[in-house]
Amino acid sequence: MEYLANEMKMEFLALSSNEGFARVAVGAFLAELNPTVDELADVKTAVSEAVTNCIIHGYEQKEGSIWIQCRIEGQQMEISVIDTGKGIRDIEKAREPLFTTKPELERSGMGFAFMEAFMDEVEVVSKPREGTCVTMRKTIGKA
Amino acid sequence: MEHNYEKEYGCLMLKMPRELDHYAAEFLKEEADALLLKYPVRSLVFDFSDTEFMDSSGIGVIIGRCKNVRFSGGYVKAVRLNEQIQRIFQLSGLKKIIEVE
Repeated sequence: MEYLANEMKMEFLALSSNEGFARVAVGAFLAELNPTVDELADVKTAVSEAVTNCIIHGYEQKEGSIWIQCRIEGQQMEISVIDTGKGIRDIEKAREPLFTTKPELERSGMGFAFMEAFMDEVEVVSKPREGTCVTMRKTIGKA
Repeated sequence: MEHNYEKEYGCLMLKMPRELDHYAAEFLKEEADALLLKYPVRSLVFDFSDTEFMDSSGIGVIIGRCKNVRFSGGYVKAVRLNEQIQRIFQLSGLKKIIEVE
C-alpha cells in the first residue's frame, strides 16, 4: 500500500453552529484512510467534544477563533484543536469523568472521557489566560 | 420554532434532532421544557429514530429532563436508538439511568 502523508489546517469562529461543520470537515479529510463507519463516528464525536469545550469553556460563549490542525501519516492521524481562551487551571481535574465547571448549563462532564474513549491518545496542553491545545491520535484500520 | 412531538394518553413523545450536539441541545432544552410546562405529562419518551449523531451535550439534556419529569413522579424512556447512539448511551452510563427500548 502507498504510504500517505497529508496535512490540513482550518480556522473558524467559536460558534456552536460551527460544531457540525468542524466534525464533518475533519471526517472528510480522513476519508482517504478509508475509515469504517464506527471509526469515522468516533473521530467526529471526539472532534465535537473538543470544539464544544473551546466554545463553552475556552471562550465562555463569547467571541473567539478555533483552529484545527490535522495530520495523517500512513494509517495514523493526529488532530489538534486549539483555542486562545481562558485555559484550564487543573487539567487532571478537567479530565475526570463527570467533572464539570458548568453544571448550570447541564454539561455532563463527559467531554474528555469521550475523547479518551474514542481516540487512542489524548494530550492536553493549557495555560490559564493563554489557551488550550488538545491533541488526539488514532490509528485507522487496526482491527 | 416548529415543535416536533406527539402527545397522547398522558405521554409526550419528543423527536430528537438528526445531530444532537451542543448547538442542537440548546434548542431541544428550550423546546422540551416549554412542552413539559404546557403538558404536564406522566411520561416522556425520547424518539431517536432520526438521530445519527450525538455527543456528550445530548447526555446533559436528557439527564436534565429526566430529573424534571421524575421530580413530579413521571417516567422517562428512550426509543429507536441506532448503534452509534447506543454506544454513547452505554459509554456514558445513560443506559443505567434511563430505560432504552
